[in-house]
Order: sequence, then C-alpha cells, then structure tokens
Amino acid sequence: MTDSTTGTTDLTTQPATLASELFAPGVGAQAGPPTTPASDTGSAGNASPGAHSHGGPTPTGSPPERLTSTDPDVFGAPTGREETWRFTPMKRIRPLLDGAASDARLTWTTDLPEGVELSRVDAGDPLIKGLPEPVDRLAALTRQRAGGADVVRVAKEAQLDRPVTLALAGTGGDDVVWGQLVIDVGAFAKATVVLDHTGPAKYSGGVTVLAGDGAQVTLVSVQDWAPGSVHGGQYDAVVGRDATYKQVVVTLGGDLVRLVSNVQYSGTGGRADLFGVYFSDQTQHQEHRLWVDHAVPNCTSNVLYKGALQGEGARTVWIGDVRIRPAATGTETYELNRNLVLTDGARADSVPNLEIETGEIVSAGHASATGRFDDEQLFYLCSRGIDAETARRLVVRGFFADVVQNIGIDALQDRLMGTIETRLGAAFSDPDPASSIQPVEVA
Amino acid sequence: MSVLEIRDLHVSVGEGDDAKEILRGVDLTVRSGETHAIMGPNGSGKSTLAYSIAGHPKYTVTGGTVTLDGEDVLAMTVDERARAGLFLAMQYPVEVPGVSVSNFLRTAATAIKGEAPKLRTWVKDVKAEMELLEMDSAFAERNVNEGFSGGEKKRHEILQMRLLKPAIAILDETDSGLDVDALRIVSEGVNRTREEGEIGVLLITHYTRILRYIKPDFVHVFVAGKVVAEGGAELADQLENEGYAAYVKDSNELAAAEGARA
Repeated sequence: MTDSTTGTTDLTTQPATLASELFAPGVGAQAGPPTTPASDTGSAGNASPGAHSHGGPTPTGSPPERLTSTDPDVFGAPTGREETWRFTPMKRIRPLLDGAASDARLTWTTDLPEGVELSRVDAGDPLIKGLPEPVDRLAALTRQRAGGADVVRVAKEAQLDRPVTLALAGTGGDDVVWGQLVIDVGAFAKATVVLDHTGPAKYSGGVTVLAGDGAQVTLVSVQDWAPGSVHGGQYDAVVGRDATYKQVVVTLGGDLVRLVSNVQYSGTGGRADLFGVYFSDQTQHQEHRLWVDHAVPNCTSNVLYKGALQGEGARTVWIGDVRIRPAATGTETYELNRNLVLTDGARADSVPNLEIETGEIVSAGHASATGRFDDEQLFYLCSRGIDAETARRLVVRGFFADVVQNIGIDALQDRLMGTIETRLGAAFSDPDPASSIQPVEVA
Repeated sequence: MSVLEIRDLHVSVGEGDDAKEILRGVDLTVRSGETHAIMGPNGSGKSTLAYSIAGHPKYTVTGGTVTLDGEDVLAMTVDERARAGLFLAMQYPVEVPGVSVSNFLRTAATAIKGEAPKLRTWVKDVKAEMELLEMDSAFAERNVNEGFSGGEKKRHEILQMRLLKPAIAILDETDSGLDVDALRIVSEGVNRTREEGEIGVLLITHYTRILRYIKPDFVHVFVAGKVVAEGGAELADQLENEGYAAYVKDSNELAAAEGARA
C-alpha cells in the first residue's frame, strides 16, 4: 500500500517488463538501484513523524527543504550534475539557460468566455510577489525576464460556458520568449483553461494557477510544438480550501520539453489530479517533474502519467515527488507512471518518490512500470488479420485513451489522438490503405 | 471450397547449434467441410504445427510446403494468412491490455473483410454470437483476454472464429482446461459453424473428450513430429482405450534405429 522506494527503470539495461504489467492496477514500484538512502523507507502505518533523517548540518528530522528563490543566482549555473538537471541534456537546454532577455512574444489567439478577463500586470504587482517561487535557475530567470505577467481572471462563482483557450504560437525567431502567466480563479468558480502551444519557439514560460476556495479548475497544457522547439516551464498550482484542480499535460512536439509541475494546498480538503501524456520519437527529450506538497490536512492528490517512446534516440523522464508533511494528516495520495517502449533503443526514466512524515494518513502509494509492446501481442493481433502498424496503433490508442479523455473537450481529444496516430504511422509506414480506416474508439 | 495442403513440413525452433527439429515431415490435407482431429502425446509437436501454419516467428520452417487453395502460405505474413482465410484458436490466448474486446473484434473484422462492417448489423451479430456462447454482454467492454478465466478465453477464441468466418480453422487444444459446461458451449459453437458452412476444421487435442461433442471425419495420430497413423472416428475410440503407448514405442524404436544409422 505504502512505500517510499525510489527506482529508475531503464529499458536499455533491464529486461523488459511484460507489457501487461504496464496496465495492471496497483503494480508495485519498479525495482532498481536506490538513489536515496534506505532511511527514506517507511510505511504509513507506523512511521513516526520526524523519523526520516537525511543528515545535513542541522538535522531537523525532516528532508531538506527544496530551494526556491526569485533570484537566479541563488541557484548557480547548472552543470548537469545537479539532481534537478541530471536527466536533462544540458547542451540542448542551453539556448534557454543562456538566453538573453528579449521582447519576443508568442502569438496569442484567445477565446475568452464571459466572466473571464485577460490583463497584464507589471513586475511590482503584489500578485506577482505572492506567487510560489521558482525552483530552479531557469524558472527564476523566467520570472525575472518576463517582467510581469499576463493574468487570466475568472470571477468568483462564474460558471464558464466553454473553455478559455489561449493558443500560443511560436514564430521561429532566435530570441528566447520569456513568459509568465497567472490564472486566477475566484472562489466557487468553475473553469477550464487550455494552453495550446504550437509552432517553432524557444520558450520559457511560468504558469501559476490560483484556485480559490471551492473552485473547480482544469488546466490543459498541450505541447504540440514544431520540430526543433525548446520549451521549459514551471507550473504551480495553489489549491484552495475544498477546491479541485485538474491538470492535463500533453507533450507531443518539440526537440526538448522540460516541465516542472508543483502543487501546494492553501486550505484543507483540496484535491489535485495531475494527468500527463507524452510521446517521444526520434530524438525528442521530454521531461516531466512533479512535486506535490501536502502540508495541510485532508487533501488528496492523484497522479497518472503515461508515455510512449519510439526511435533509438527517444528519451523521456518522469520524476514524481510527493511529500506528506507532519501536519498533513488525512492525506490521500497515489501516483502512477507507465511507459510503453515501441522500438529498441528508446529510454524511459521513471522515478517516483514519496516522503511521509506522518502516519495519520488515509493512503499513500505509487507505481511505475516500463515495458514494451511485445511480440506475442503483435502475433495475436496479426493472427486476426490486423496488420502490424494497425496493431501498434490499437495498443497505443488504448494505452493513452484513459488519460486523454480526462481533458473533457472532444475536439481537442480527437486532434491529439489524431496527432499521435500520424506520428505512429510515420514510423511504421505501411502502404496498405486498409490499415488507415480502422475503427478505433477513444473512450 | 478451400483446401489446406501441408506437404513434408519440417519445422525447428532455436537457432544455430541450438536449433531443434520439432516437425519432421508432416503431410496433411484439410478440405472445406471436413473435420480432422490431430491427436498425440505431449511434446509430439501438435502445437508447433498449429503455430507454424499461423506463422509464429518463433518457428522456422526448414522444409516442405503449406498451401491454401494453391497459394503459398509460408510466403505470407501472419496477417496475410488470416486474411487468406486461416484462423488459429490458441491454446493460450494473449492478453492485450488497453484494447477492448469490441474494438478488437471490429478492427479484426474490418481487416478480414476489407471494409468496416455496418455498425448496426455488426453490433447485433456480436451480441447474438455472445449469447449463444453464453458470454455476458459486459465482456465486450473488457480488455482483450485481460483477467479472463480459462473458459472465457476459449469462448472468446470461438467467438472470433464465428465472427471472422475463416475457410480453415485450427483449434489448438481448445478443450484443455475447460469444465464440462464450457466444453459443451465451445463445442456447440464449432458445430454451428460446421453445419452452417463449408469450414474445414483441424482440431488438435490431447484427449478424446472433445471428440464426443465434435465428431471428426478423420483422425491422425501425431507422434515425434509427424503423422504416424490415420483413420476415421473409430481410431479415436481405440486411442481412448489403449492410449498412445503403442505409437510412442514404435516411434522410439524408429528414432533409435535412425540414431544408430547416423
């Protein structure tokens, strides 16, 4: 039920997990070389608060706090050896880390339903000062250089009749685009906000969602960038009392995408669901780092990320950190990461991490599995007349559908599944025209 | 009218020095409307024959031919064989998580027929067949073979045979692991297909039990990778009473003699 092991799964060095394990509910965390000391381990039933010691100059009985700051220099210049950067190909993220301040902007196309207001505040605005702080140098640079923020405000108690859509298109310039977006949803309002990233860009963008008490907020962030794009971003959510926050991250395009999603709760009874889908092919690097900080009682978090990889240079990283602080009694948390490796040579890293500092919780757990689409499945489907390409599509569609359907916007879901299909088809091109008309349902 | 012809088929598993010959010259002809039972002890190569015809990549054909209506089956990919009219009901059907039974069936039917079946009649057909096989309708929304009991898996295989309507169906130990009720239901499904059309059936089994429900026209005794005796349904009765001992003994002597010559 509860564990706090840290494991990495790496298909290049470990035997493939049976694909059936990928989908089974409650699959245990992958075995792998522990990257944190054994003192991390504990269980919800008997862990005494303060039992975890990680050493350090002044032992507090708790893991060290994560460094946060609005000052980029506090973090120093990353070398790639730091825990937060060790999975990132530094050469490819340098254009952002070394990027100069600029006036470059993405092209915004917005659809704002009634009850929604889009405005701009400058860097000195109290709203900016109150945002969760950056957790790495790139995020701090972004906060600084964005020079203020674009703010989407949803009035309290507003019930939007359609999603807020911000279509953000890159225009392909050499300059880094620095952005900061704040989505401020008033108490008891209900809103869905879609960030739809397309086009070629070097983009570093912070996004903060403030979900007021009792609000129901869905944020969908689609990374459908043109090839060669680089995207870094820190996403923060502050979940109010009894509020629900749902985040759906869909990363398909670009050369490198590295998103850090943090969740904190400002009141009791909050719920956060973090869903993600990523599909890496050829040489794409897609990195999703999550950090859910349970510091108040009776909150829930649920994480489900699924990724598929094809091509020898395909690379994905998923880091799922959950911390349950001593005060966070009644916490319920679960995180799950599944990776489906479609071709030889691709590499998926998956590192779930759970720090439990109180035994008074409802439940805490995580699972991670990386497996391949195996020959026996392929044979079974083909023996029913289904060609190999369609068989792969069928399996990948099924694999992703339960996450994608959380978006709740049919047209967007169809578009994303279509994009995935096209990408699958490009890698396993089969001239058989019959294979392109397979009836496959999403839900 | 279809004819599956197997001539002097040799098949091995493994590669290089580890290669092991499993089939050693199989001759067999199955025509539409005929039901052939292949019976033999464990390890005689019965399942290898089934998987080799279907094209499983684990098996290497080292000699002989397999043709369906004169077409070279061995030159076809696995899916081409199925579209040509061959069907293999597997002894151990594979779980395909994330893919629902209804989605799978419709995709397979589309591939076999070359066009998507009309939704309304298709749904009705699937439902009717599932009722005949005493399968709950909730079954259609489950993932392919995932968490199915042994009996459910076999019924699901027969359901596919019913819907895909192959020219030649190979049933690989479809009776194994079934209780009497499930065996009856599955056998009735096979018999309906035989009565309705011109299907040719190659029934592979270790036991004579299923032959009480599905009456074969021909029985072939399979030992050490080849057919060693052939006869009508009465041969099954003889095997029921006497077992494989006589054939296995002959085969051992034969193998020993071959070994001595080599």
